[in-house]
Amino acid sequence: MHENTADTAPAVQQLTFSLAGEEYGVDILSVREIRGWTRVTRIPQAPEHLLGVLNLRGAIVPVMDLRLRFGLEREDYGDATVMIVVAVADRLFGIVVDSVSDVVDIDPAAIKPVPDMGAIVDTRYLKGLATHVERMVMLLDVEKLMRPEDVDALGTALPEVRNVEVSA
Amino acid sequence: MAAVDLTQFHKTFFEESLEGLDAMEAALLALDSGSTDHELVHTIFRAAHSIKGGAATFGFADVAAFTHVAESLLEEVRSERRVVDAALTDLLLRSVDCMRAMLDRTAQGLPAADATSESLRVELAQLVEGEVAAVAVASKPKSAAVAGWDIRFVAMPHLLQTGNEPLRLFRELQQLGRLEVLRAFITDAAPAEFAAIDPGQCYLGWELRLHGAVARADLDAVFEWLDGDCELAITALAAPQEAAAPAPVPAAAAPAVAASTAVPAAAPAGAREGSASGPADGGSIRVGIDKVDALIDMMGELVITQSMLNDIGTNFDVSQLERLREGLAQLERNTRELQDSVMRIRMLPIGSVFNRFPRLVRDLERKLGKQVRLELQGEQTELDKTVLEKIGDPMVHLVRNAIDHGLEVPEQRRAAGKPETGTLTLDAHHEGGNIVVRISDDGAGLNRERILAKAVERGLVPAGQQLSDDEVAELIFQPGFSTAAVATDLSGRGVGMDVVRRNVRDLGGTVGVKSVAGKGSVFTIALPLTLAIIDGLVTAVGEERYIVPLISIVESLRLGADTVRRIAGGGEVFQFRGEYLPIIRLHRAFGCTDAIAEIERGIVVVVEDEGQRVGLLVDELLGQQQAVIKSLEKHYERVQGVSGATIVSDGSVALIVDVGGVVRLGRRVKAA
Repeated sequence: MHENTADTAPAVQQLTFSLAGEEYGVDILSVREIRGWTRVTRIPQAPEHLLGVLNLRGAIVPVMDLRLRFGLEREDYGDATVMIVVAVADRLFGIVVDSVSDVVDIDPAAIKPVPDMGAIVDTRYLKGLATHVERMVMLLDVEKLMRPEDVDALGTALPEVRNVEVSA
Repeated sequence: MAAVDLTQFHKTFFEESLEGLDAMEAALLALDSGSTDHELVHTIFRAAHSIKGGAATFGFADVAAFTHVAESLLEEVRSERRVVDAALTDLLLRSVDCMRAMLDRTAQGLPAADATSESLRVELAQLVEGEVAAVAVASKPKSAAVAGWDIRFVAMPHLLQTGNEPLRLFRELQQLGRLEVLRAFITDAAPAEFAAIDPGQCYLGWELRLHGAVARADLDAVFEWLDGDCELAITALAAPQEAAAPAPVPAAAAPAVAASTAVPAAAPAGAREGSASGPADGGSIRVGIDKVDALIDMMGELVITQSMLNDIGTNFDVSQLERLREGLAQLERNTRELQDSVMRIRMLPIGSVFNRFPRLVRDLERKLGKQVRLELQGEQTELDKTVLEKIGDPMVHLVRNAIDHGLEVPEQRRAAGKPETGTLTLDAHHEGGNIVVRISDDGAGLNRERILAKAVERGLVPAGQQLSDDEVAELIFQPGFSTAAVATDLSGRGVGMDVVRRNVRDLGGTVGVKSVAGKGSVFTIALPLTLAIIDGLVTAVGEERYIVPLISIVESLRLGADTVRRIAGGGEVFQFRGEYLPIIRLHRAFGCTDAIAEIERGIVVVVEDEGQRVGLLVDELLGQQQAVIKSLEKHYERVQGVSGATIVSDGSVALIVDVGGVVRLGRRVKAA
């Protein structure tokens, strides 16, 4: 699945995974590897969703829990728990998700914008919504997910303060 | 024919050209300070020539055109059709700055030529053309038959010390033709009193006449090595016009030179800084062949050890246990040596940083009307490339400060009974596991009163507080502190000593100052040998492992419960060698769970940072380890109190404690 030679094709390949019963997708081109959960080294003063750092063949890679990132309940890690290592602009990042599902083709034309949910739901990290076999797939914006300034803002801010932070 | 993509060589061209410009600059400065080594001129010429050739090859027409004119001028110097004087070196130095800026712009894909380079190019061209005309006139008598030459040769007092001997010269002249001594005389340099005569000095001058049709070039060849060691005037005997030997700069060119000196030197100095940081990003490194050979030797030994271990492994029985141990010990030694050699590849002599200072000092001298002698020591001391690239700016700042604030103007120095020329010494040497760089001047020293007054004004210290000299000196490193009464364009640009300290600290080093009023100041920068590997103590805090750099550890001890005191119910302190040190609970600073909270059950590691000592509470000590430092910033971000991460033997990640950062962190936690 690492080989995607058809980059001229209109379809975008997405790696889908499940998180709290919902389906999410991440652009396959940014995925570097999928691995099982291993213990990480905690980082001082890091936001709660940042679990720590991991030795990935000599590189020190931060790992975040996507459930915590989205403000969902934390779940105990089990056999199916996996870490998706993504890369954006030479930076690596691990995201812990409930389980990996599939690789699907998504027609870019079928991607719908995320509706404005107000302050209740944090939709900043989503690129859009798509439908695949009658199921909704939320497409992750990995770049926004990785930006440290967002990490900080989110880590310290409560949901109702978030909008203020963004506009500031 | 397959088209070769020349762009792949651009980077090499820029690197080599910048190196060439550095060499040119160094040689020009040597000429400027009175050296007469002919090899210097060749060095300058060669550098200009290669830059021109390279620029033309890669199609950087502007650079090539500019360098071509400079090269023409240099060609005249090389063939001794032009004398090197202050105006010329100044012009050439500005050309070097200009070429550097042009290369910089070219590297960024911008047009190389700008108004400055154009006007400088025109200036150079005028000088060359003017001179060509003048030389054409001057060289006429050369072709005419000469009956002989009148030579007035006055030795400078230091002539003999340069290894020149008048008698030998005369013998050489005699081989050209019949030599007649018209007059020998004692020069003005000779002391009036006989007792004051130094036998090592030469106080003689001669007027000679050489008969015969001797070519001027042959005559020049005799005196070639004497440039600067004697006053020489050569006149053709039969020639109708006089051809004075070192032709004075022709009148046509003189105004151009005069105008050029009026251009402020600030612009090229700025350009230089810009370009200095440019090549720093370059990813390549030049390695001496000896270092590579050492690596190959090491590799050979490693292969031998490996095959030996293989041998033991194939038919192993217990009797070979001793051999196995030996083999493993050898493997460890080989690995360590290999590691050392690999690290040494990144080590470059600090001379490459020192080399930018003669120019800076020269510019500052002129600008401030001060006389400065720059002494460089320990240029061969090697430093990690990364450290080397980053230490330049703090050093520039310290050197600027030393000349701007430290050294006095000649009148003041004379009044203080010191030589008019101040001395600025840059010195680098090894001290323990560190490289120590010292910047010392024999100037006025730190002005205690002014620093104190300023510190009180800024609210850094309460008025009337008694401070020791060291404490006062320490104040200048405080943020927002600057004593320049008038903000000159040299200092006082909003960059204070606190920035210097921060930059040095980022490199894992320290900076301090010692000063004696009236005698001068010494700034000392201590830097780690390398950024890549540290010796560390592995400690356990809860489930986590933290590495404390061995270099900052003073002692580790277990405290009894009754030895810990609380100050005002808050901060914990304990007595250590007669002073009370604060305790920083690492588990609290780093927010670890499951750590030992009772001080008497844990271990306190006493660490020192910039003279301040604190005790770090950890659960236990696990042992020493060499830690290969990995950056956290590469994939994450900077974390306060952590200088990096490393991978421990079980493959997991351990964080390296930044002692200074933890001290600051502890202070903040306490203040909150």
